[in-house]
Amino acid sequence: MEAASITSGERGLLTRSPLARLPDRALKWGLTVLAALILALIVYFFIRLIGQARPAFSKEGVFGFIFGNNWNPEAGHFGALPLVVGTLITSALALLMGVPVAVATALFTTELCPARARGALTVLVELLAAVPSVVYGLWGIFFLAPKLKGPEQWVADRLSLIPFIGGGAVTIPNYFIAGLVLAIMILPIVSAISREVMATVPFDQKEAALGLGATRWEMIRIAVLPYCRSGIVGGAMLGLGRAIGETIAITIVIGDATRLGHHLFNQGYSLAAVVANEFGEAEGTHRAALFAAGLVLFVLTLIVNIIARVIVNRSARKSFRGPTAGARAEGGGVTLVDAAAGV
Amino acid sequence: MAATIVALIPLFLILYYLVHKGLGAWKPTFFTTDPTGNTFFGGAHIGGIKSAILGTIEMVALAAAISIPIGIGVAVWLVEYGRDSWFANTVRFFTDVMTGVPSIVFGLFVYIVLIVGTGSTYAGYKGSIALALLMLPIVTRAGEVVLLLVPNSLRESALALGAPRWRVIGSVVLPTALPGLLTGMLLAVARAAGETAPLLFTAAAANATSLNLGDFMNSLPVQIYNDITKPTTAVVERAWGAALTLVLMILILNMAARLLARRNRLA
Repeated sequence: MEAASITSGERGLLTRSPLARLPDRALKWGLTVLAALILALIVYFFIRLIGQARPAFSKEGVFGFIFGNNWNPEAGHFGALPLVVGTLITSALALLMGVPVAVATALFTTELCPARARGALTVLVELLAAVPSVVYGLWGIFFLAPKLKGPEQWVADRLSLIPFIGGGAVTIPNYFIAGLVLAIMILPIVSAISREVMATVPFDQKEAALGLGATRWEMIRIAVLPYCRSGIVGGAMLGLGRAIGETIAITIVIGDATRLGHHLFNQGYSLAAVVANEFGEAEGTHRAALFAAGLVLFVLTLIVNIIARVIVNRSARKSFRGPTAGARAEGGGVTLVDAAAGV
Repeated sequence: MAATIVALIPLFLILYYLVHKGLGAWKPTFFTTDPTGNTFFGGAHIGGIKSAILGTIEMVALAAAISIPIGIGVAVWLVEYGRDSWFANTVRFFTDVMTGVPSIVFGLFVYIVLIVGTGSTYAGYKGSIALALLMLPIVTRAGEVVLLLVPNSLRESALALGAPRWRVIGSVVLPTALPGLLTGMLLAVARAAGETAPLLFTAAAANATSLNLGDFMNSLPVQIYNDITKPTTAVVERAWGAALTLVLMILILNMAARLLARRNRLA
């Protein structure tokens, strides 16, 4: 850009020969094609996935596929309701348990804790994101599930009057354990985004609140939280996207029920888990049905992620020109790590 | 305060259990033998995790070789050429959205294109491509953040000295941003190393060590996943040992990335 504006004045002296400008052009167009390729890739995959899933939809109908409560590949029944609901229940549980903890953690690290501990705490919370999904599954099924069976049964007995929660016997892989493991897994991303948004709260506003005699907690309530609300919501939505798409950990801890579980502590199934579990030996319509499950999953995460991105981008733009400006203001290191962690 | 403690409890529990259970499985032969596939008799017959470690390293290395040049290329385009144009913003947006696509869906894509599409079977390099798709948005977004930190004055001085754009990018922008770019790459590699879902039906699983990426290939996450579903305690113990190995590999990559980020002059 800059070079072009100089050359426009003194042509003969400063313009490069066409040959010398060739590498520049090649680089520019090469990179543009590369960028366009990413868009093309997503669209191409989407179309191919629909093509592969079509036999299942034509057999059950789009509606019958999504809302049929019977997933029984041997008998040729492909109703994905148990899967869809399993995905939604576990993700909702993850949000309920994970988001409050994540936001409180972010508040603590940005507002309350001594500056010296801040870096260490941030790193520790982010280490949760470094643990692979399969290890969460391993830990969830061999440690968490057996340890929590007693307490779960206690809760189920106490709340036996409330439908969908209490009443029945606790089975070992169940919705609740899956939701709990997911809550732990989405903690780092939700807390990282909340932290980033909280760092954008103008200093004057916080000082003003404190100057009016507010305590720390009142300052957080009147100055920090209202300012960050949309950012936190966006972060939670991104967490939701993660929770919906999480595969291996959930496959291990949710079980493989072919119908909807009757209550929270029953075995379930999820869209991602069914693909991971059954794809290896699936044939014909069964395989198409699994592609269809993948397609539903893809569309679900796409919608959630698009909404989340719009919210996060908008709330970041409120005070800066974009998330990248936020990175500059915060000082690089940690934000870069966040960005690389897929935040 | 309490919330932070609640948040960190799982981390400590997981790490404690990993070390506690995993160290028991670490014997000298654990790293030098392949799994035998004979899980029924248990004990010493089940073998170690050599093929899984090597498979993970090979596949992740190829995935990095594919995704890093493309990812950095797109990042350079976004910062140097695309900037705030609507097309650049669209690419940026979809790269963000791509980070949220479930990893198992990437596995399905690769299966459709490279296995159904070509009528062939599982292979290590197909697993690498699935991992590369997963890494691509991470490398791109991290790269963009770093490239934006390169001061504009550096670019302008180089241009004023008469350097063409490609020289400015190659000799000024990229070298300045190198430590930060490396951080992003290492984190993407760490993320890919722990993924199971994209490998399940692209690289499958195998027992024998293979140096040929065209073969079926074993990997640590898939080995752990398969071992969990086996009933014998010895096999589950191997899963803990393999999990400890995997987590250590990933933690080392993470720590290296963080050290590099700290040394980054731009930050």
